[in-house]
Amino acid sequence: MLFGFEWDTTNGWTLAVSILPILLLGLWVTLKATVLGFAIAMVLGLVLAALKAAPSRLVSWPARAVSEFLRDTPLLIQLFFLYYVLPEFGLVLPAFLTGAIALGLQYSAYLSEVYRAGIEAVPRGQTEAAVALNLTPARRFSRIVVPQAIPRIVPAMGNYLVSIMKDVPVLSVVTVLEMLNVATIIGDRTFNYLVPLTMVGGLYLIMTLLAAQGVRLLDRALPKTGIPLK
Amino acid sequence: MTDPIIKFENVAKRFGDIRVLEGLDFTVNRGEKVTIIGPSGSGKSTILRILMTLEDVSDGIVWVDGTPLWHEGAAGALKPAGEAHLHKMRTKLGMVFQSFNLFPHMSILRNITEAPVQVLGLSKPDARARAMDLLEMVGLADQAGKFPHQLSGGQQQRVAIARALAMRPEILLFDEPTSALDPELVGEVQEVIRKLAEEHDLTMLLVTHEMRFAREISDRVCFIDAGAIREQGPPEDLFTNPKEARTQQFLQAVLAD
Amino acid sequence: MNDMTWLDYLPVLAQGAWVTVQLTFWSTILGAVVAFGAGLGKLSRSRILRGVCISYIEVFRGTSLLVQLFWLYFALPIVGEAIGFNLRMPPVTAGIVALTLNIGAYGAEVVRGAVQAVTVQQYEAARALNFTPRQTLWRVALPQALPEMMPTFDNLAVQNLKDTALVSLITLGDLAMRAEQLRNYTQDSATIYSMALVMYFGMALVLTTLMRALGAMIGRWRPARR
Ligand SMILES: Nc1ncnc2c1ncn2[C@@H]1O[C@H](COP(=O)(O)OP(=O)(O)OP(=O)(O)O)[C@@H](O)[C@H]1O
Ligand SMILES: [Mg+2]
Repeated sequence: MLFGFEWDTTNGWTLAVSILPILLLGLWVTLKATVLGFAIAMVLGLVLAALKAAPSRLVSWPARAVSEFLRDTPLLIQLFFLYYVLPEFGLVLPAFLTGAIALGLQYSAYLSEVYRAGIEAVPRGQTEAAVALNLTPARRFSRIVVPQAIPRIVPAMGNYLVSIMKDVPVLSVVTVLEMLNVATIIGDRTFNYLVPLTMVGGLYLIMTLLAAQGVRLLDRALPKTGIPLK
Repeated sequence: MTDPIIKFENVAKRFGDIRVLEGLDFTVNRGEKVTIIGPSGSGKSTILRILMTLEDVSDGIVWVDGTPLWHEGAAGALKPAGEAHLHKMRTKLGMVFQSFNLFPHMSILRNITEAPVQVLGLSKPDARARAMDLLEMVGLADQAGKFPHQLSGGQQQRVAIARALAMRPEILLFDEPTSALDPELVGEVQEVIRKLAEEHDLTMLLVTHEMRFAREISDRVCFIDAGAIREQGPPEDLFTNPKEARTQQFLQAVLAD
Repeated sequence: MNDMTWLDYLPVLAQGAWVTVQLTFWSTILGAVVAFGAGLGKLSRSRILRGVCISYIEVFRGTSLLVQLFWLYFALPIVGEAIGFNLRMPPVTAGIVALTLNIGAYGAEVVRGAVQAVTVQQYEAARALNFTPRQTLWRVALPQALPEMMPTFDNLAVQNLKDTALVSLITLGDLAMRAEQLRNYTQDSATIYSMALVMYFGMALVLTTLMRALGAMIGRWRPARR
């Protein structure tokens, strides 16, 4: 029994049907971790991108080093670090939150690159035209560059959202009851790993296919020439 | 005297609803140098591409050296040709493209030796000797070790001609060989083609917009419009005394500038 | 309590790092082989081969590596029992197989994309010179596609290095596992995990340098950029 649901081990099919609600609860946790991790990554990524683009090397170089470091080291170790080291400094967070922060940290490095690439892809002539029109730097950025960068940035972000979802099972090591963790617990208790693990694979496939379709629709819906300003 | 090596018999080519060639009859004799002229989109490239087996035919038969190009089987029961047949037929043909299409990852020498070694089974020293002779002929023997991007467009096109010749084709097709070149580089490529036309018994089929060049090197000029030959004849006749109104119009337009 | 210092951790972690290097090496090499097989297979004219390759790529890109690893390690033996084969793998094998298949699926899409990006003019020139389709692939298309793949392969190799850490979860003595064992023993988390992170970062830098050098060598015929 888990989360109040009994399983029926008569055969594989009955087991599958009886554990589906449990796995779906795990999936719900997976999705929550995905969204929270993504939100953190979006904000931190923006900060990192801004720091990396800073005019002073004293700022941009350390920012780049941090970004590389976050990107090139395993999520698992980053997670362990946060999980075991933060409490030593008196910061005790729930495992779920620690996990989401770890996801957010790792992916902030990726997203900062997405922001940078999207902004750099806006043709230089656009900024030059804005300068010629004597727009302030802030307006040049917010009215000219950003609206044209968004159609490039959003689909790439969507792909990283899917990647985050696929990384959530790593949080199982710090006891987060996401879908894979739930499935292995069922496996441990029923001695049948095949059914729950296969179901998790199937559910993941469905989720990623749906997400990929969503990204495609979003990509198509976004005006290629930029977000229209009236 | 007439010894047709290429013969289009009532050939049609369609891309979906677009009719590019329609009821095309067209013959080229062995050793003949023929130029095709005509407005943009009239189907000139398509004729060459069908011959090079880059494009199949929708209808009709193309004969190359007495054998159907795009069909095989007994007469009266022809069926679409398989890859083996096309492979055999391609040994008779070579093509020089508008955009050169050299292999960027191979040295100039390797560009020329690769197909003779791999396709014809020539030994490497033989292929190299053949390539160096051809590079000599196009005036680029000193460039053999370079890569395509290190050469000018005119030089690249001369290499492309050497590359095609290295396969010893009987028929050489040129699709606007100078129209991707800067004006000052056109002459060197035309010079090579002119020399080929004068000194070799190769059959040459050339598409060009350079009327003066067409006039100099061709035995016959064909004017094509809307997918069929409208008028053809020796260059002096066709250029100085075109019979069809459509030909006159076209020549007036292109010779005006 | 203990009186171990970071100097005492080093040999243990280094031992684990060596396992990580080996895991990364083999799964990257094998992953590249699988990537070429599946990527080219997806472009094949045979519908069956294409179907197999597409299914493989979609399944392994569409699910989580950890799920794949657990499935191969815990669930596959059950499938094996049912059909009368022993499919129980030692952790090393399961780890390498999972990493290989995972990275191979991502790599396959890179291979396919790069081969398809070779211009149609190049294929036509090859056809005009009477190359067979096979010769065209090996002598014209792939040599041009390979340098295009290298930057992404670099990223995938680093991804693979990071992913090896997950293999510690099926009890493999890699760097992640050694760090976890040391922490259990000494409770000195900050030092141990900092060291592990730095070691992973160092390995990633070396790997990237190697991949860049390889890429430069493969693409040396190309015009200098910028
Ligand atoms: N693959 C294709 N699909 C659809 N239409 C095509 C294709 N290839 C050629 N066409 C069309 O066929 C017509 C003839 O093309 P072709 O390239 O033979 O013309 P051309 O006489 O060589 O013109 P140009 O002087 O511009 O090179 C054109 O209208 C072209 O748009
Ligand atoms: Mg043309």
